[in-house]
Order: sequence, then C-alpha cells, then structure tokens
Amino acid sequence: MRITVTVDGTGYTDEVEPRTLLVHHLREKLGKTGTVVGCDTSNCGACTVHLNGQSVKSCSVLAVQADGCEVTTVEGLARDGQLHPVQQAFRDNHALQCGFCTPGMIMQSIDLLADNPDPDEEAVREGLEGNLCRCTGYQNIVRAVRDAAGHMRPGAGPEAEQVSDAERTTTGVGGDA
Amino acid sequence: MTAMAEPEVGRARVRKEDERLITGRTRWTDNIALPGLVHMAFLRSPTAHARITAIDTSAAKEMPGVIAVYTGDDLDPGGEVGMPNAWPITPDQKTPRRPMLAQGTVNFAGEAVAVVIARSAAEAEDALAEIDVDYDDLPVVLGVDDAVADGAPLVHEDMGTNTSAEWIFDSAEAGSGGDVQQAISSSEVVVTRRFRQQRLVPAFMEPRSVVVDPTAPQLTMWSATQVPHILKTMVAMTLGLPEHQVRVIAPDVGGGFGGKLAVTPEECAAVVVAQKLGKPVKWTESRSETMVSAHHGRDQMQDITISASRDGTITGLKVDLLADMGAYLGIVGGGVPVLGAFMFNAIYKIPAYRFSCTTVFTNTTLTDAYRGAGRPEATFAIERIMDELAAELGMDPMELREKNWIKHDEFPYTTVSTLTYDSGNYEAATAKAMQLFDYDGLRREQRERRERGDRVQLGIGISTFTEMCGLAPSRVLGSLDYGAGGWEHAAIRMLPTGKVEVVTGASPHGQGHETAWSQIVADQLGVGFDDIEILHGDTQSSHKGLDTYGSRSLTVGGIAVVKAAEKVIAKARKVAAHLMEASEDDLEFADGKFTVRGTDTSTAIQDVALAVFAAHDLPEGVEPTLDSEAVFDPENFSFPHGTHLCATEVDTETGRVRLRSYVCVDDIGKVINPLIVEGQMHGGLAQGVAQALFEEAVYDEFGTLTSGTFADYLVPSTMDLPSFTTDRTETAATSNPLGVKGVGEAGTIASTPAVVNAVVDAVRHHGVDDIEMPLSPMRVWRAVHKGDAAAGGPGAEAGGGLGSIDSAHGGAQ
Repeated sequence: MRITVTVDGTGYTDEVEPRTLLVHHLREKLGKTGTVVGCDTSNCGACTVHLNGQSVKSCSVLAVQADGCEVTTVEGLARDGQLHPVQQAFRDNHALQCGFCTPGMIMQSIDLLADNPDPDEEAVREGLEGNLCRCTGYQNIVRAVRDAAGHMRPGAGPEAEQVSDAERTTTGVGGDA
Repeated sequence: MTAMAEPEVGRARVRKEDERLITGRTRWTDNIALPGLVHMAFLRSPTAHARITAIDTSAAKEMPGVIAVYTGDDLDPGGEVGMPNAWPITPDQKTPRRPMLAQGTVNFAGEAVAVVIARSAAEAEDALAEIDVDYDDLPVVLGVDDAVADGAPLVHEDMGTNTSAEWIFDSAEAGSGGDVQQAISSSEVVVTRRFRQQRLVPAFMEPRSVVVDPTAPQLTMWSATQVPHILKTMVAMTLGLPEHQVRVIAPDVGGGFGGKLAVTPEECAAVVVAQKLGKPVKWTESRSETMVSAHHGRDQMQDITISASRDGTITGLKVDLLADMGAYLGIVGGGVPVLGAFMFNAIYKIPAYRFSCTTVFTNTTLTDAYRGAGRPEATFAIERIMDELAAELGMDPMELREKNWIKHDEFPYTTVSTLTYDSGNYEAATAKAMQLFDYDGLRREQRERRERGDRVQLGIGISTFTEMCGLAPSRVLGSLDYGAGGWEHAAIRMLPTGKVEVVTGASPHGQGHETAWSQIVADQLGVGFDDIEILHGDTQSSHKGLDTYGSRSLTVGGIAVVKAAEKVIAKARKVAAHLMEASEDDLEFADGKFTVRGTDTSTAIQDVALAVFAAHDLPEGVEPTLDSEAVFDPENFSFPHGTHLCATEVDTETGRVRLRSYVCVDDIGKVINPLIVEGQMHGGLAQGVAQALFEEAVYDEFGTLTSGTFADYLVPSTMDLPSFTTDRTETAATSNPLGVKGVGEAGTIASTPAVVNAVVDAVRHHGVDDIEMPLSPMRVWRAVHKGDAAAGGPGAEAGGGLGSIDSAHGGAQ
C-alpha cells in the first residue's frame, strides 16, 4: 500500500506491506532510528511517538494507519539547536543512564504534561506507568518531568509540535516515492 | 601562584553521554545498516528436552526472500564448537558442550535449532514457520532438589550426573577460623533456615543484537555486549579465527546488568553465517527471544545454619548451596555462586565458617551473572538469618548486628573467608541511616499498630551489607581457577592542539564513563573537562581491556587512567624542564602547568604537547611523544558498605505490601560524580526491590517459561516503586589512589533482604518466619492465614496470574 506520513516535519511517501508496524516503518524505511523497539507485547513503551499530537506506542500502530498523519519522534523535538524543555530536564536531572527507554519516556512525558501542566509526583508516576526503565528506578525521571513542567510555557504541548505548512518539506529522503 | 581551579572530581556534572541519547542520535547495534546486509532469524525449540530426529528445511528455503537455511550440522559438521566457559570452578567440573545450534538433542526450551537468512528480518521470521523439526521427547529435569535426587533423569546423559561441580571452603582447613560443626554443636543457640533465591531475568531494555561484516580481511562484529574485548578473544578462540583479524565494536549499549556478559551462540553463528555467505548479516532478537535464550540470574537453594551464644555473639556459620546452572555453563557460570562464598560472613566477625556449593544442570535457560552475581544471594541469606537469630534471641536486630560487626578501629580486618577489608565504618553509616529513618519512631508506631490489632501492620527491615567490588586482583582470580586476569588498561593521547583522547578498556553501557573519566583526567592533567574525549568499546581504538562488570570500571579502569596520566606528566616534566631551562627537580605541576618553584615562570601542559609534536627542540634521548598507557592490576578488592532500612506496610487481609519508606546510607569511598552515584543507587535499589516483591522466571512442569514476556515478568513500573532516601558516609578505600570503591551493584545487593526482613517483621506476630520471594500478595496472605512460606501452589504462577498467557492454551496453571 502507498502511504504518506509526515515525520518530524518531512513528508515521506512509500509502498509498505499492510502488516508493517509504524515503528518498523520509521526505523527501517525512513532511517528514524531514534525511536527504538524494546519488547514485543506493548509493555515497555520505548517506541512511544506522537501521532497527530497524541502519544502512541508505535509498535501498536500499523504504518498504514498513520497514512496522512503527522508523526513526531524524539528526533524532531529540538528546534534550532534548542533542546525541548523535557529533553533538557532529563539531562539536568540525570533521568537516563543507558538511554534506551529515553526516547519513549520523553515523548510520553510531553504528552502527560500537555494533559496536566503541573503534575505532582503521583500524577507523573501514573502518566508514565506504561513506560519501563531498568536503569534509573524512575526517581530522577519523575524529578525531571516535574522540573520540565516548571520550565514549559503554558500550553506548550504536542500542539506546539505541529509543523506549519511553511516549515514543512515535501520530499523525504529514503522513501520509495 | 594563582588559585587552584575547582576540582572536577566530586562535581555533579551532567553527563556528556546524554545529548545524543535525548535527541535520538544514538548508535544502537540494530541501527546499523550496511550495503548488502542480510538478516538472520533463529528457530527455537518449543520443548525443554528432546532428541531431534529430523529437520526438514526444504520448504523454508523456497520462501520469498530466503537466502539460506542452516542447521547445527551445516554450521559445525564436526560438532566441535562449544561456547566458552571461562571459569571451571574445580579441576573435575563437568562442562557440557554448548553448540551454536542444537545438535542431536535440545536441552532447554528456547535453544536455537536452525537459522534462516533472508533479505529482510520479516522474511527470515516468516520462513521459520516452514521448518519442520521432529522431536522425540526426553524426561524434563527441573529444580535442583529433583535434579540431584537418586535416579533422577539426566540433562546430559553422557555425563552420567546432573552435578557439574562441588566447591568447598572450610575455615578450619584454610586456617582462617575454627571447625564449624564443632562450633554449632557446642553453641547455646542454633538457627537453621532454607532460603530460596528465585530465578530472575536481567531484563536490559535493549534487546541483544549483532552485526557481522566479513567483507574485509579483518572481520568486524558490532554487538550489544558488555564485553567487546573478551568477545573478540573468545570468538577467535571458539571459532578458530586469527585474533588479529577480528574487530569487535560495542556501540551504544542499552543496559546489561550482567546479562550482556556473555559469548553467545547467536554471535558465533553470525560470524560463521557471514563467512559462509560473504555478506554482512544482522540479528536482533525480539523480547520474547531474550526471555528464553539470554541467560538468567540467581536461582539457588540456600541451606543456612548460624550458631551463637545467648548474648548474641555469633560462633559459626554453615552454608550449603544448590545452584541451578540451567542446561549449560555460561562464560562465568559456576563462578557466580563461588563469588558469594566470600560474602556470607559479610561485615561480621565469625569464628568458624564452612561453605559448600553444588552446581547443577536442569533443562532450563542457563544462569550466569546478574547484577551482584553471587553477592546478592549471599547478602540476602546472612541478613535474613541475622533477623531470624535476633528473633530467636529476643534481641533488637540492629543490636545483634552491632554486637558482631567489625568496629571501625579494627580495620584492616581479615575475615574468616580470607579477604582483607581495608576500611569501613559501619557505626557511622548506621547512625546516619537510623536518624534519617526515625528508627525509634517507627518501632513505636509498629508497637501501637500491633496493640490495636490494625489490619495494616508495619514492619522494619534492616540490611547492613558489604560487598567485594572491583573484579579483581589477577592473582586472586588465578587462585580461583578463573581463566583470565582482572587488570584494566588505559591510554592517554596528548594531541598537538592541547586536546586529550583517553582510551579505556572499560566498556560502558549506561554507567557514564565518558563523564566520570573526563572528570578524573581533567584533575590529573589540569585540562578542561570539555577538552577530553573518552574512546571505548572498539577493539581497534581501545585495543586492550577486560570490560565492565563486577563494579570494576572505576576501581580498576579508572585507576588505570590515573596511572596513564601520571606517566604523561612524567614525560612532560622532562620536556618542560628543558623548555624552561630549569632542573626537573625544581618543577611543580599543578592546574595543568609546570612552574619553576619560587618563580612565576611556567609552561602549560598543552604547550608542552605542541612542542613535543613539533619535536624541534627536545632533550637528548627523549622520544617525541607524551602519549602513555598503563595497565592496573589491583592488589585487593574494594569493600563498599552501607546500612539500608526499609519500612513496609502489610495489609494482612489482602497480603499487599506497600513500601512506606526506604533509607540507605552507603559508603562507597570517594565520589567522582554524586549525580551518577545517586542514579546508580536508585537503579540498583529498584532491581533489589524487584527481586523481593515482583520478579520471577517461572517454569511450568514441562520446562516452558511462563513468565516469558514483560506482561508476565514483572519489571517494576513507576507505580511499583517509592522515592528512596539516599545518603552517604565517606571512608576512603586505601587500596587505590582515588580512594574509590564502586557503586554499580550496591543497591541491588543490599535492598532485597531489607525489604523481605521488613515484610516478615510486619507479620512475625502471626507466626511467620519466612516468605519465599517474590512476596506477591497471595504468598503474603497465605503466610499470614495458612502458615505457608513456600513459593509453590497458588501465587507461584507467572506474574502472579496477571499476565497475558491464557491457561486454557497451555500457559500458567
């Protein structure tokens, strides 16, 4: 099937097998290897991306379901060399060690802050329950998310990632189109 | 003289590693794509023990995209290749050959039987279903007690036994203490317990992956491994390759925890397949494959006897272990329980000690190193039985510990298991922990709740632990029949522009070596933190090393870096003296500058580096380089210690355990980076708590792993863990120039008994004196209401019954 997906501001048109998962499309076809696969039962959340501004586990979405959609990955967060406040907070608070769960953690954290701009510890823990980390014990991740909340301007959530038409490029590299 | 710059060591630097990890510019092995790359998928045995009577690969070979299908006999016609076991613990240890792909029999469910190579990973996976294997079932051996019973069926029939080896330490024979049997028979109080160390899965987040490129004379292997240097040498030895034509790269590696301390059948098969096809090949496992085929950890039955006099003075300790190796021995294998032999006596002055360990084969996934490797098992047993002894004596458990531990003025202290602890201060760490925890206040609340008959009871658990870090003095490893040394290598390259490249043989996979090593070198050489690049994990640039495990990176590898820096300075001193026309003896080096004593004449080390690069004007006989390398072999282990205190609330009507507070005060010596140390503590604690409360690799009676996914194997989530209160005391190690001890395993080693002690303490008045791990609500409830401590029966199933496996389809019953 032929699909067009906008990923981190770039449009890609490709032929995909109907069974292809979005995460495999991102990694193998588009070279967006910042998003990773940690399990095969949708438990770990390492593959979390935003689909039209909402967080999804990209192992649980077929690539064809993303046809016509806007996908934001961890690679698309920094703007003009400026880290997203959640990225910065993860660094400042030592919220990562091996870093494998980090792309998913960051994307899920942004989503939870969009719903609740000032979460307490319990709310952060509830919001990240579907993302597993084996290194940190979560304590610094929770701290980072609350720290980021303090640095994010009101209303800065996934909507802020929506790329305006002017910014969007139309031909992707690595696509079959 | 200008003021000294603020030292880098001790600063809470944010990590150099993070920028690429938080922006997705990572280099995981699975990210690698090469021209002409083909993909491998392994067919794995669904049965735990069977004879393979036929394998038909013809249909699979006809599948779209398939390039080749191989069986064990195709890859190794002579049946000669076996994965290495580097630690034969006794001269007569039985070590079965572990082939790349099963040949003749399969010995655990998950063992690889055939491999498909196809143009895409999906096509390779598709073709697996078309391979037809005929299995003739053999009796399945499960559980160490059954495996060593008379007449038990055998995992490896040709060996004639399920016992691999028996390893014994006896303090009377070693001359380090008395005869334990005599101590026990003449003591006023004797407590005996059987503890079960359940089987765990390391559960690193990045699944294993390997890429092999055979297209140059020097073959290149990328692998998600902790041990690129060991892997290079072992792959060469195992497959008979010339070692100089093998390059191994560990790029970004997503966690290991011991689980990636391995030389795997998949890595070796990838080399053989790549060479057969002349093409680069890749294999990346699914999580379901990790769970059944990557090695597991723990899995011991521990029979412990402790004896004491009525006043609480310990008189003897006897330990008998049965350790489940699974179907084969891994690279460290039987050495894991043997490491524990030195830690059962812990921080206590024990006059008589005997340890025996029998390593046993079963039809399960093999076990090997997992965070702590032998030491968590030992610490659990001693700290649990200290609480049981205290209960028997009617003493406060902390008072009992204090009565028996080594006092701060008794160091250095040689223990009954013959290690010499160089330093420590158990009193100081304990005093700080007790205060942060409010021990007395919580004991008061506990009494009140008991008197009121509260449904929710409070328990307090203690773990005063030590561990041996920094594997290892080579001569000690030699005395234990380990197949290699324990040194580490470092090199420093002074570049003409004054920048510095540091090469380390340690191989980080989340620990933050790039940051910590930069801090160390910045202080040693007086160069900027950002002017230092750390090179690691590629045997071409970092040609020599013994890698990262056993909390060794800093205490061995970090010290090698210091030694290399000292050599750089020694070389630079000669040149600086020549440049400033001064005597070497008149130079002092501080803050990156050589200064002629008593003058303001100085030259920076960067200027010396440039002068050496130009080499126009060097003293007679001086080689034009400052580059230096060092190999450091420690004289002793380091011995971090700490006091961990846990308060749990146990709902006696539901069996649910809530961690109310967790305080730990650890003494890991001097700290390079407190931010990284705190992170290591948190993560270590999480894994130790997980063993106590959540995790278990569960097999059904057919040898099928029923906790084979993250839905069933309960890696804790954010909602399962509390915030920990961590603090430190600082007693410098005397065994190395930085005074450092190691922190990677401390939290995991200490926390498991603290949590279990707390739960047992909460319900001891119900007659409970043990509950087997993990302490699921069902098990706690049964202990309180039925008096069952054992892990069998309801509640033993995978994931406490919460998992995805449907019992109607052969899953957990």
